[in-house]
Amino acid sequence: MAIASPDQSTAKPKRYSLESGLPPVVSKVLFAVLAVFAILLPFLLDPISSLLSVCIISLAYVILALGLNVVVGFAGLLDLGYVAFFAIGAYAVGWLASGFFVDANVHIGVSGFVLNLPGVHMNFLIVLVVAMVLCAIGGILIGLPTLRLRGDYIAIVTLAFGEIIRVFAVNGDQIALPFGDAKLTAGRQGITPVDQVNLPVLGQFTQLDLRPWYWLVLTLVFITLFCVIRLRDSRLGRAWIAIREDEVAAASMGVPLVKTKLYAYGVGAAIGGISGAFQASYLNTVNADQFAFSFSIFVLAMIILGGLGSVWGVVFGAVLLSFINSYLIPDVLRTIPEKFGLEFELTDLGFGIFGFLLLIVMVLRPEGLLPEKRRQIELTEGVGTGESTFEVRA
Amino acid sequence: MATTEAPPLPAAASARTRKIFAELLSKYGLFAVLLALPVFYGIKDLTTEGNLAPLATNIFQGLSNGSIWALIAVGYTLVYGIIELINFAHGEIFMIGSFVSAGLWGTFGLTLVTGPLGLVFGLLATLLIAMLACGSLAVMIERVAYRPLRGAPKLAPLITAVGFSFILQNVGLLWLGGSPAGVPDLIRAQDTVTTILGIRVQRADILAIVVTIPLVIAMVTFITKSRLGKAMRATAQDPDAARLQGINVDTTISLTFLLGGMLAGAAGLIYALYQTTIWFFQGFQAGLIAFTAAVMGGIGNLKGAVLGGLIIGIIQQISDTRIGSEWTPAIVFSYLVLVMVFRPQGLLGEETREAG
Repeated sequence: MAIASPDQSTAKPKRYSLESGLPPVVSKVLFAVLAVFAILLPFLLDPISSLLSVCIISLAYVILALGLNVVVGFAGLLDLGYVAFFAIGAYAVGWLASGFFVDANVHIGVSGFVLNLPGVHMNFLIVLVVAMVLCAIGGILIGLPTLRLRGDYIAIVTLAFGEIIRVFAVNGDQIALPFGDAKLTAGRQGITPVDQVNLPVLGQFTQLDLRPWYWLVLTLVFITLFCVIRLRDSRLGRAWIAIREDEVAAASMGVPLVKTKLYAYGVGAAIGGISGAFQASYLNTVNADQFAFSFSIFVLAMIILGGLGSVWGVVFGAVLLSFINSYLIPDVLRTIPEKFGLEFELTDLGFGIFGFLLLIVMVLRPEGLLPEKRRQIELTEGVGTGESTFEVRA
Repeated sequence: MATTEAPPLPAAASARTRKIFAELLSKYGLFAVLLALPVFYGIKDLTTEGNLAPLATNIFQGLSNGSIWALIAVGYTLVYGIIELINFAHGEIFMIGSFVSAGLWGTFGLTLVTGPLGLVFGLLATLLIAMLACGSLAVMIERVAYRPLRGAPKLAPLITAVGFSFILQNVGLLWLGGSPAGVPDLIRAQDTVTTILGIRVQRADILAIVVTIPLVIAMVTFITKSRLGKAMRATAQDPDAARLQGINVDTTISLTFLLGGMLAGAAGLIYALYQTTIWFFQGFQAGLIAFTAAVMGGIGNLKGAVLGGLIIGIIQQISDTRIGSEWTPAIVFSYLVLVMVFRPQGLLGEETREAG
């Protein structure tokens, strides 16, 4: 919120209350404090500590959740195949920044020892742009068949697409590409290693110092946040929300449904691609087993826990859940089953816990932990259910 | 639909041909797509083998395999018909059905050396208990996860359904571990009973057909003839009007879940006998396949779900044996997408509010 330019904030002060309910000054100060804390956090942690690594992963999840929030939270299109874009983004890195295509010898914007390696090696920034473009195209292609559909049918079609992409990723080592003996993917073996990020100012990234990775992903989070907030407040964003609230009413008010929905799919997918590309570089592998359906649900659980449509809620939900997933469950609470004499790994329970969270949040607090005001009103007063109010008037 | 934008005034004749073409496509496009695989491989068989026996075997085994999907798909279609919800946890109920059955065999002491009489009675008892267990599980899920959200926006119950499906998957994971577990091949599923016209009939095929057909007939009779079935159909058409007529809508919805869960339990038992391996993830895949079947037949339509299940079974069998089972999910889901594009109302379905 604090990023919104001053002239608009004077013109439409009510927008602040829609998101957080806080006065603009308070939310600006709060944002500034949080941002400074986030920027300075690595100095408090050991540069190769696992906690810093958890922070990096959770910021990458924040990007993913923000992207999914555009599709599900803003436009109201339940996308259960979001992992597809994460996969496409990751494969952009696998294809364009690794030795995977051994026969090729392409080097763009890279320096140092990478120049002597076979394969396609491009600078991370180029790969990032390619990943976003590929994902946006993929998002629009997946969105096209769902345009005529509504509600839960969209969920199923996107889920089906996500599974199709996963099957192709897993079995891609059987698909020969028309040049050399290149394959589409490396299947379950994974494409590894991939190039480490090399940026103009920060230099060559390594696994021995995680701080540059942290600042890189934090920068990406800030850019994404800025874009998402500006988009939400733009004409397009209001069109998305109008579609979410009532598709028929939005269409009759002149909102072009096809274009608006495809933009939502495209933008959401492109943001997912950013996170996919970053995580592939950071984890140094592109493995087909990552791209399971449960991954989509994990990201969905983040935005539902935080509050569908609420940008800050989504950020909070993503940080919370990824900390639970990659810190609390494997590190802190790991020994609890043993204390009760139970023989199972707590990590096995991960997705059961997220399923349980989805259930509990939906039943007890469907608007999420930091809800968007509009949706909260809708859920508590039943405005958005449409049919019932319509029938009362008719 | 409102999504189609007005065409930019083309010449009248071309507009008419386009309209006719679009009508033909929406009417027969799906059939053409469905026939593509069998016809392609039929021609291939004719040219290489000189007869259609391999394809016929595929189709027969597809039918028996598809009868399992049909049982699950009926559960989807019943629930969707009555509360317009995709019961995402339904596939997991089927998985629990398999697990319960396998556990019961141990309890009853059914092993490979059990005599035929003991086997028949033991399996019948297993069938009944598995159906009851899965039916009550489905009713419980409805009570906990769907009923509190009946007035909420439509995404809410769908999300709780996904949540519940994850919880059940985790139950399965803790129950039998993370990798597929073998179960005793009680009926010697792969034994050939007879060969008709070059089609090998295995015991598993006979079992699937012998259990499925009576169950589906009983279900259809119950829904069309009995008082409770009439109440179900009335609730599906208009819950408010049904309530005015003195029908207890909540009980009727619970009954629907009970029936769907029971069929899933039966399917779970057949699957365990048929495949002889079970694991916690089988429900996810089966659920999606069966949902595809239900949509293909026309969701909300019982006969459509059975037809869709059989068709999907055939497609799956052809793809398993000819293309490779690792590609089957992609092919089945491509069919799902194609159905959605060409004919969202399905083969036998009416246009619904959601998919029109």
